[in-house]
Amino acid sequence: MRHSPRGGVGRTSVSDDAQFHPPQALFAISTTSIHPPVDPASASYLQISPRIQAGPHIKSTMSNPFTLNGGACLAMTGKDCVAIACDLRLGQQALTLSNNFPKVFNYGDVWLGLTGLATDVQTIHSLFRYKVNLYRLREEREIEPETMANLVSSTLYERRFGPYYVSPVVAGINQRTGKPFICGFDSIGCIDFAKDFIVSGTASDQLFGVAEGLWEPDLEADELFETISQTLLNSLDRDALAGWGAHVYIIKKDSVTKRLLRTRQD
Amino acid sequence: MGGFDFSNHTRNAALMASGMPAPKATSTGTTIVGCLFDGGVVIAADTRATSGSVVADKNCEKLHYISPHIWCAGAGTAADTEFTTAIISSNLELHALSTGRKPRVVTCMTMLKQHLFKYQGHIGAYLVVAGCDPTGSHLYTVHAHGSTDRLPYVTMGSGSLAAMSVFETQWKKGIDRDGAVKLCSDAILAGIFNDLGSGSNVDVCVITPEKATLMRNYLTPNVRAPKELKYKFEKGTTAVLQEKLISKDELRRYITVTEVDAEGETTLTTDVMQVDA
Repeated sequence: MRHSPRGGVGRTSVSDDAQFHPPQALFAISTTSIHPPVDPASASYLQISPRIQAGPHIKSTMSNPFTLNGGACLAMTGKDCVAIACDLRLGQQALTLSNNFPKVFNYGDVWLGLTGLATDVQTIHSLFRYKVNLYRLREEREIEPETMANLVSSTLYERRFGPYYVSPVVAGINQRTGKPFICGFDSIGCIDFAKDFIVSGTASDQLFGVAEGLWEPDLEADELFETISQTLLNSLDRDALAGWGAHVYIIKKDSVTKRLLRTRQD
Repeated sequence: MGGFDFSNHTRNAALMASGMPAPKATSTGTTIVGCLFDGGVVIAADTRATSGSVVADKNCEKLHYISPHIWCAGAGTAADTEFTTAIISSNLELHALSTGRKPRVVTCMTMLKQHLFKYQGHIGAYLVVAGCDPTGSHLYTVHAHGSTDRLPYVTMGSGSLAAMSVFETQWKKGIDRDGAVKLCSDAILAGIFNDLGSGSNVDVCVITPEKATLMRNYLTPNVRAPKELKYKFEKGTTAVLQEKLISKDELRRYITVTEVDAEGETTLTTDVMQVDA
């Protein structure tokens, strides 16, 4: 979607509407080499989800860096705990390349979820490992989640005119105050401080809807695990570009549990 | 001072040339207003942030601190309003320290317009600047390309037309503090209910020569109805394949070095730990 100076105006622009045009290129993909020619009208099983169909820009090898590799991430707050979860898929358009590509990374007492272009996910991860390690050496203490949020924000905004194609999510518990903290970012570093949950990735529309319905305040750690897992799992089932396994971290002040979920493998 | 890093620009321009859309930034498709009154100035904003047609943040803050008696309301690209006001706030503080005088609103406005003009509109910040200084109470608008206005009442953002309709029908000369607060919050409400890019709550900031009062969520006309039922899942609903308790020691690692032999077998894993956190 075009980057408009004022969001309200941008929604109605011509280029946005173009996204909803019928996917002419879709059947061209299906009916070449791999599959035998099929009458499009009767081949309902060949239809790829609307997310992949989206837009006439599918003509090029790379349509949108945010949706090229697929992936989803979600963070939620609970009572004296936070949770962050991600899927494990790495793909190139509709082709899955790996089912072991975690998108949640740890930096001391802070967790960072990164969705978007996989090359940038890895670059950003190693950049923050470097930055946080230097922070620890200079400060002789661990970075707090609030500080991490500002570090992520200014690092992304430094590249305002040549951004990394990532949508980061920060989660953690402030070790000094014991306060749960989560926040999300756009690709140029605008922080979204949320009290409830943060979503990112190709399943973000689904995650928004499901989380809005299932999240409630002051969930205990084991309740939060079920809520975040079900929110992620059910959203992933409606996104062809994400899924194939999931990691869930349940973070309390003094303990962290990591779980691998059983998910659909399609 | 940092400045911008353009090292990804060539890569991204090449990607865009191959038919890729530009990244979607969070945008404050906003209603922001300001109004002078006898003895001060009021600014107000809604609290919706959008990304395309998705509401990204239902209660964001669009009123930015500049200095103790200068505040700024921002519309446009959210990251740009945030960082532009932060850098001008920082420079204005240094300026005040070096001159030994309280910062003036006109100085703030000039610094903002020069910064934005330098970037030729690429920094998408649309601002309402308001404040009190030794020369009086002032209200300005600054556009992303660097043009400015000085008016007794102003509106900006996608809800500016709805908000301006309120000012044009109800504003009177010599309005008092309470009248200005009412008028500004009514103008924001017009944006919230009539402009799709604006929504949720009303934030107001009243600035007088004595002090600035930020009234965060001054009005909350869109409170979500509490859920009638609970939607908690029973323990054990989700099938777990693996579970691991992560120790504090593991979190204190700087790096993990894994040595791999020619056959690809892991031979040695060493954790480089931090000495006492």
